[in-house]
Amino acid sequence: MRHLLSTADLSRADAVALLDTAEAMAQTQSRTIKKLPALRGLTIVNLFFEDSTRTRISFEAAAKRLSADVINFSAKGSSVSKGESLKDTAQTLRAIGADAVVVRHPASGAPHRLAHAGWIDTPVVNAGDGMHQHPTQALLDAFTLRRHLSGGEGDLAGRHVVVVGDVLHSRVARSNVDLLATLGARVTLVAPPTLLPIGVGAWRCEVSSDLDAALVGDVQGEVDAVMMLRVQRERMTSGFFPSEREYARRYGLDAARVDRLPPHALVLHPGPMNRGLEISAEAADSPRSTVVEQVANGVSVRMAVLYTLLAGDLAGEGVA
Amino acid sequence: MPDLNTTRVVLETDEISRALTRIAHEILERNRGSADLVLLGIPRRGVPLAARLAERIARAEGDGERPAVPVGEIDITLYRDDIRRRPTRGLTPTRLPEGGIDEKNVVLVDDVLYSGRSVRAALDALADLGRPRTVQLAALVDRGHRQLPIRADYVGKNLPTATSERVGVQLVEVDGQDAVTISDAVATDSATDARRATR
Repeated sequence: MRHLLSTADLSRADAVALLDTAEAMAQTQSRTIKKLPALRGLTIVNLFFEDSTRTRISFEAAAKRLSADVINFSAKGSSVSKGESLKDTAQTLRAIGADAVVVRHPASGAPHRLAHAGWIDTPVVNAGDGMHQHPTQALLDAFTLRRHLSGGEGDLAGRHVVVVGDVLHSRVARSNVDLLATLGARVTLVAPPTLLPIGVGAWRCEVSSDLDAALVGDVQGEVDAVMMLRVQRERMTSGFFPSEREYARRYGLDAARVDRLPPHALVLHPGPMNRGLEISAEAADSPRSTVVEQVANGVSVRMAVLYTLLAGDLAGEGVA
Repeated sequence: MPDLNTTRVVLETDEISRALTRIAHEILERNRGSADLVLLGIPRRGVPLAARLAERIARAEGDGERPAVPVGEIDITLYRDDIRRRPTRGLTPTRLPEGGIDEKNVVLVDDVLYSGRSVRAALDALADLGRPRTVQLAALVDRGHRQLPIRADYVGKNLPTATSERVGVQLVEVDGQDAVTISDAVATDSATDARRATR
């Protein structure tokens, strides 16, 4: 694996190996000394063209726990705001001697361009691009699900995950559908028809616009997890739904809906949560909610990704 | 056509068994018993070896009342200095016995002692996990060619080798049989074999 750009690129074996590595990384994070020397001497650049404190500090913590040096590059206040192109930025990174680039960009496909245009020759990790992909988020969601549903081993075969909310604008939903399907899980997307992308019928999932019906188990089995998506208020400009109140009533996860879930079912949310809109405070704070755990798991998963991409770079040389 | 890849068995089941019994007694002798002793296996084959040593130590102590010697395993992958020179390797969990390793006499157990780099990595890993009183090293086979100033306290068999040769350790728990073999390195069967040979 050279880059991590999309969960659609991952084979089942790749995905399980990443989750296994993340499990081993998580184990090291309960120690007094959390830092490991694996990536000592390497420089990782966090290239953030879009604000995201949560994802950036998660990548930063992951890189630092593996002893890499981290340079944070945020577009705001940088030469990007003076009109510098992605190519020029990439060439600057090459000159600095970056060993890996973690990129967040508002344009779908920007990490792919960075990885394949020949401007730099380092591994590229997609930390979220436009409405396209957010692979480490999907991996941490799968990691969280696997821990609770499969004892932290193997894949998610036979599990049923319901993904609810703004699928249209959600890179989290896209990444999760690809990864969960690869891991053998059954995925049901629930969204207002206005918030479903064109062509969703070709995705490896079922689609519904009735949350209550989707949460009830069917002949194929009951629901194992509900993943709520954030309503991106900044993108709700053209009347995708009549009112926030109506959205909350039809597509929000409240205590009553949580109570109807099977006892083992989990509630996931990628954060930040709009309490009272897509998720009620009771549901967000219920014991089934893994929101805080997901953040901790994010560091382990990103450690696994950086380790997998950066260790073994000069494969085949050297003797122990 | 002559078989270029000649493999000789240098230790068989009962010889491995005797070597481990001897090492167990040497450990007890040097540490004056099994109090405060912890055995830590280095994956992969150091782990079953550590378990076998613990069993022999418990048997040698012989009063049946004493708890068995605590056994754990220590993953050294992230501490290797050749991490970027090899294909990425899978991590194995580090399992420390209850009570940890602080102020304990820790015996690291590995199958083959070669360059010493695995042991160096294990010492670094130990330093992150706690502060043992002493650290000792037990290896089933010492094949020489050290690249670091490291030596074993307990050795099953000293096996003079050429660097071109490969030493393979097979254990029932991992490979279905017990044997130590030495072969001329003609072709590398797999990364696993290479790693086994160079440990």
